[in-house]
Amino acid sequence: MKQARWFPPLLFAALTTALCFLTLPIVAIFVDTGPGELLASLDDPAAVDALTLSLWTSALAVGIIVLVGTPAAFLLATRSFRGRDLLVTLIELPLVLPPAVAGIGLLAALGPNGLFGQALDDAGIRVVLTTTSVVLALTFVAAPFYLRQAESAFSALDRSWLDASRTLGAGEATTFARVAIPAALPGLIAGLALAWGRALGEFGATLMFAGSFRGVTQTVPLAIYERFATDFTAALGLSAVLVAVSGAILLTVKLATRASPARVLPR
Amino acid sequence: MSFRVEATTDLGALHLDVDLDVPSGRCLAIAGPSGAGKSSALRVAAGLLQPMVGRVVSGREIWLDTARGIDRRPEERRCGYVFQDYALFPHHRAWQNVAYALRDRPRGSREPEARAWLARFGLEALADARPATLSGGERQRVALARALARRPDVLLLDEPLSALDTRTRARASRHLADVLRESQVPTILVTHDFAEAALLGNEVAIIDDGRVVQRGSASQLAAQPATAFVADFTGAVVLYGTATPDSDGTTLVTLAGGHRIRSTDTADGPVAATVFPWEITIEPTGHRTPRSTQNQLEAQVLSITTIGGRARLGLSGAASLTAEVSTTAISHLDLRPGTPVTATWKAAATRLVALDS
Repeated sequence: MKQARWFPPLLFAALTTALCFLTLPIVAIFVDTGPGELLASLDDPAAVDALTLSLWTSALAVGIIVLVGTPAAFLLATRSFRGRDLLVTLIELPLVLPPAVAGIGLLAALGPNGLFGQALDDAGIRVVLTTTSVVLALTFVAAPFYLRQAESAFSALDRSWLDASRTLGAGEATTFARVAIPAALPGLIAGLALAWGRALGEFGATLMFAGSFRGVTQTVPLAIYERFATDFTAALGLSAVLVAVSGAILLTVKLATRASPARVLPR
Repeated sequence: MSFRVEATTDLGALHLDVDLDVPSGRCLAIAGPSGAGKSSALRVAAGLLQPMVGRVVSGREIWLDTARGIDRRPEERRCGYVFQDYALFPHHRAWQNVAYALRDRPRGSREPEARAWLARFGLEALADARPATLSGGERQRVALARALARRPDVLLLDEPLSALDTRTRARASRHLADVLRESQVPTILVTHDFAEAALLGNEVAIIDDGRVVQRGSASQLAAQPATAFVADFTGAVVLYGTATPDSDGTTLVTLAGGHRIRSTDTADGPVAATVFPWEITIEPTGHRTPRSTQNQLEAQVLSITTIGGRARLGLSGAASLTAEVSTTAISHLDLRPGTPVTATWKAAATRLVALDS
């Protein structure tokens, strides 16, 4: 029997190529930025403002997404109804939308001349160019990542677990909280990490919908872009900080999932 | 406290129409092929499936009455449900799975009570294990403990043994039989295996294509199958032919291949003649002892399957037969695939079921 000896090396070569290509820019950022420059970029108060703003707005956006998205995804995963596929497509649409289009859309809906602009103005709420608009943009762009992941995590649950919970005297809400969420937790956390990563890196929609005002709407990606034109070294330093923060969040979430007992899935 | 479930509903291509009642302390085994609607009947009883028309009554409590718009939620029906794959919560330890059923008890007493339940099932040492690390038999006992810890008014068992391997199944079924004997509540058990139904049920209802085709004790069903399906399902050999009453009071059945057999049952017209594999004896060909009270067919051994000290012989000849003989007979007669033999059984052991022509 003739073995295909060339195939395993081919797989190996493909992985090596992918790995090199994907890590090269990140490695370059850190190679070009000395530790001194990295610290110096944190000396810049504008950079610290951007980092603080990025962290809390993205955390708030992810919090909103998880709070609303988890029950919504559960409903999508456990009920079949007419038009379900259409609904899922609508929810996933922002995934493929260019961020600039997302920004325009948000302006058209909530901007001063938008659909709800007048209503918001009458209520005394100003959204555009405020920190609120940053949170809205991040939520809009990152939510589909969580919803998709959470929906598939809930779909993968054994339906008999949910049935068993009901026959054991637990209502729907208890079943959701005590069985569905713990059993789907690894998937939910993976979705949370993806959404958070996406929110931290958000650029286009925020720029169009919220602008780039230091301390108010200027998140790290916007601050990097501002420096890019004038001070490449500072842009590089801030990029390195963002990579480190995003990487740390991703890693923490992964480790938390591994430590979670819910990882023990049946068979 | 008795239990009754009536349901009529369409499930895809299947039309389910059942009416099952079980007195307290008794076990009704519903047996039938997969897709016959057995599990659906249980799901209706537990409130996990809403029938178009139905009534579920437990003692004096009405759980469902579509005519009166009553439909209690699953959590409001006190039923202990053991699912086919046991449905243990993977993120909970064994005792936490049982404690989940004790939600109506004070918080502090749940853990000791759950551990006590597990101890009753011989699982005290595994109380802290997670389901993924338990064997099939252990999982089944945790599921049973969890269902009983709910202190149910009715016990619903969906194929409680089918997820187990053959060796574990024998021990688990003895254990389950003990549990059911002690249990005071009505029980409905669903299985696709007639032997299991016969062992665990006080009564057996054979269900096919959404309907109960016959109900009675297991031996009744085996001895007097109402239809060819029941005969086949209970494990009998089924031969099709045409019956004509004979002058001596017996009935002569002409099989499809032209061979004739006799039965002490009376029938006229198209029939299914049934005989149990253990009624058939095997002799070497030519060793004839022809008597009018005996049936004989020439056949060839097709297959030999040993189960314990017994062996099932698949025979091909004028008709396909299955005979059950001792393993000593196999070696004594030097039986192997291809050996020509004579299959003999009594006319009195041949049951006739009239077929619709």
